[in-house]
Amino acid sequence: MLKDITIGQHFPGNSPVHKLDPRLKIVLTVAFVVVLFMSTNFVGLFLSAVFTLSVFKLSGIPLKMLQKSIKPLIPLIFFTVFLNLFFIKGPGDPLINLGFVKIYKEAILFIIVMVCRIIFLICGTSLLTYTTSPIMLTDGLESLMKPLNKIHFPVHEMAMMMTIALRFIPTLIEETDKIMNAQKSRGAMLDSGSFADRIKALVPILIPLFISSLRRAEELATAMECRCYHGGEGRTRLKQLKITGDDIRSAVLCCVCFVIILSTRMFFTRVI
Amino acid sequence: MSVLKVENLSYTYNPDMPNAVKALDNINLEIEEGTFVGVIGHTGCGKSTLISHFNGLTKPQEGRILLDGKDIWTEWKDIRQVRFSVGMVFQYPEYQLFEETCYKDIAFGPKNMGLPEEEIDNRVKMAAQFCGITDEMLAGSPFDLSGGQKRRIAIAGIIAMMPRVLVLDEPCAGLDPEGRELILSQVKNYQQTTGCTVILVSHSMEDIANYADKVLVMEAGTVYNYATTEEVFADAENLSRMGLGIPDITKVFLKLKEMGVDIGTDVYTIPYAVKQLLKYKQAKEAAKNA
Repeated sequence: MLKDITIGQHFPGNSPVHKLDPRLKIVLTVAFVVVLFMSTNFVGLFLSAVFTLSVFKLSGIPLKMLQKSIKPLIPLIFFTVFLNLFFIKGPGDPLINLGFVKIYKEAILFIIVMVCRIIFLICGTSLLTYTTSPIMLTDGLESLMKPLNKIHFPVHEMAMMMTIALRFIPTLIEETDKIMNAQKSRGAMLDSGSFADRIKALVPILIPLFISSLRRAEELATAMECRCYHGGEGRTRLKQLKITGDDIRSAVLCCVCFVIILSTRMFFTRVI
Repeated sequence: MSVLKVENLSYTYNPDMPNAVKALDNINLEIEEGTFVGVIGHTGCGKSTLISHFNGLTKPQEGRILLDGKDIWTEWKDIRQVRFSVGMVFQYPEYQLFEETCYKDIAFGPKNMGLPEEEIDNRVKMAAQFCGITDEMLAGSPFDLSGGQKRRIAIAGIIAMMPRVLVLDEPCAGLDPEGRELILSQVKNYQQTTGCTVILVSHSMEDIANYADKVLVMEAGTVYNYATTEEVFADAENLSRMGLGIPDITKVFLKLKEMGVDIGTDVYTIPYAVKQLLKYKQAKEAAKNA
């Protein structure tokens, strides 16, 4: 069950998507999200889908992973659908009128657009974490946020915290899995019983998990101190980030795609 | 009658993915009631995956697990009952402790079984006795204890459920020699007193030689050998090839033989080695006197 969580998972590879500079990748992902929410017609959405799928194809990551990353968000999608279905009103007559429930054509169109956006959003952003190692990702973020140093924002500390947090997601998932198995072996009921029972059943899992997290934090802090870690000042990198010609070409190509997607706004009528 | 039977068991991690790993490949195995089985094998050979099938934590992808001749997954609602019959002690079990007092922690399993208060109390005391836990420790918090003591509390937590099959996954990892000795002799004592079956995964050939009746050797997800301890260690050459090795004392005897001393090499434990050496000495003296 816990193995299904794909946040922060990284699939090493050698594709052009993997090789792209992390800074550019982050900026392009943000740009993609903006483009996605500015495409208000079906042609634009269709082109976004084509764009996402071709980048996915290029990265060599199995499409099954996509399905896996969407799965945990299905409840959220349903929630969106449910809310919008009943609360959006159009100018015309309702399609379905049950007296107290009125469903308009606009609501259904809006839902389709919204669901498409959510799905592509997940695809695009999960592609970022699938193809970028956590270290590269935080290196990229640190480099992007460097200007904030001028206003005394602790950029390096933030980046280090993010690196550590991302690094520990798989470890903690594994740990939780182990503890759950251990308590299940002692007859703990984790998947049945009333709501109150289930909350109670979490205690034997959460307490060992907290204790081991604290222990790990302490061990890591000691290990970092032993290596004379003292923060970001004067720290150099093993792998310097460098933008190559390939990076620029890929970025330009993506930008062209984005512009094409956005330009559909001018030629097609907006759906919402 | 075998208490646990494994039929054509196969298991693959991340099936249909680029990083798929076949952990178990068509395993067939029968474990007789009351035996002390040692499981050895190289890291990543599927030992832990195999034992997690024994109490239904992992559902077989192919094949069946039979407990007393009954497939444990036919009635999946009964899987808790299976878990009470097959007690599982994981690696580093001290990390599963959570209660305020050791007593409560040991009582967690029996309580989940729905036993009456009195019976729970009896079992906690029985388990504590087997694991050498004092009353003072029982009343205290498990987090104030040393690593070895915590581990004994955790093992007592499983023993208190009185499982018919006790599975231990490297119960001695990271303990000092005295701690190892203590835990294993307590487990052996429990097995001999109750007549239950014990499955012990270990990387220490000495521990296996000292305690196990039968040894299961695993290699790359398959059963390489399942025979008595003597038979398994007689195959020293292949064990070394697998990177498993043989007990140190056996190595000494093999070397003696190589140096021309006329002595048997079927020696796996220290007491037996002493006996053999004394016998050899007597025979030599007798030959001298004659």
